[in-house]
Amino acid sequence: MAESQFLYVIFVRTTPEKLWRALIEPEFTRRYWFATTQESAWTAGAPWCIRFADGRTADSGEVVEIEPERKLVLKWRHEVQPELTAEGYSRLTFEIAQQGDVVKLTVLHEMDRKDSKFIQAASGGWPIILSSLKSLLETGESLEATSKSPTGR
Amino acid sequence: MAQNALGADFDAPEIDRVFKALAARERRLLLDRLRAGSGQTLGQLCQGMGMTRQAVTRHLKVLEDAALVATLWRGREKLHYLNPVPIHEIAERWIGKYEHAPLDALPELKRKLEGKGHG
Repeated sequence: MAESQFLYVIFVRTTPEKLWRALIEPEFTRRYWFATTQESAWTAGAPWCIRFADGRTADSGEVVEIEPERKLVLKWRHEVQPELTAEGYSRLTFEIAQQGDVVKLTVLHEMDRKDSKFIQAASGGWPIILSSLKSLLETGESLEATSKSPTGR
Repeated sequence: MAQNALGADFDAPEIDRVFKALAARERRLLLDRLRAGSGQTLGQLCQGMGMTRQAVTRHLKVLEDAALVATLWRGREKLHYLNPVPIHEIAERWIGKYEHAPLDALPELKRKLEGKGHG
């Protein structure tokens, strides 16, 4: 088991296809993930990053494993606060599974470092991002707090 | 209808499953074990439980059906994780978001009064 980890499960009334697109496509992420977008060729080994609306890199890494509409594993390093960047790479897993008429999304963010400050910080952000994602897919509206850039630009 | 992250309204069968899953000492013990170290294999969870592997498997299935436990495969190992969401939602339902701060402060106060604080 990794030394630091955050796990969170949500159930969303949507389809695996739509949830998958919502996790990676800019027109979705911009609305529920603090106005950020992701860049990647979305193949195993391809570089990956999250960008703020002003173009700065928030996090970077690479695609470790990708199985569209089912599983995405990313190598993920924070790039804004130096003390968090210094912790190195974390590992993020998204797993999608149809369960009856809802889709289950399991999110695991982990790092092989005891008491990781980055995982602690990420643990504070994921619940609102994921609630907003659920809201966007089920009602067409994301949560207002997550639709703006934290950099204010 | 009020909905939560389980994708259900508050009195749907999904919520019954959570309470039923919690209504067994062995399953609460398994949750304690996962809280101490999330991401364990069935073999690790069986250690010191005083139960057969089959019994532990059965209890984990009930916990997983209630979304109190989530599993992910890492290579050939199936790892079990504590999912805090259902219990958090139960707390939200009856405790309410405005009461968090004072309740969070109580254990802290207790620690200070009993002189067990670290600083």
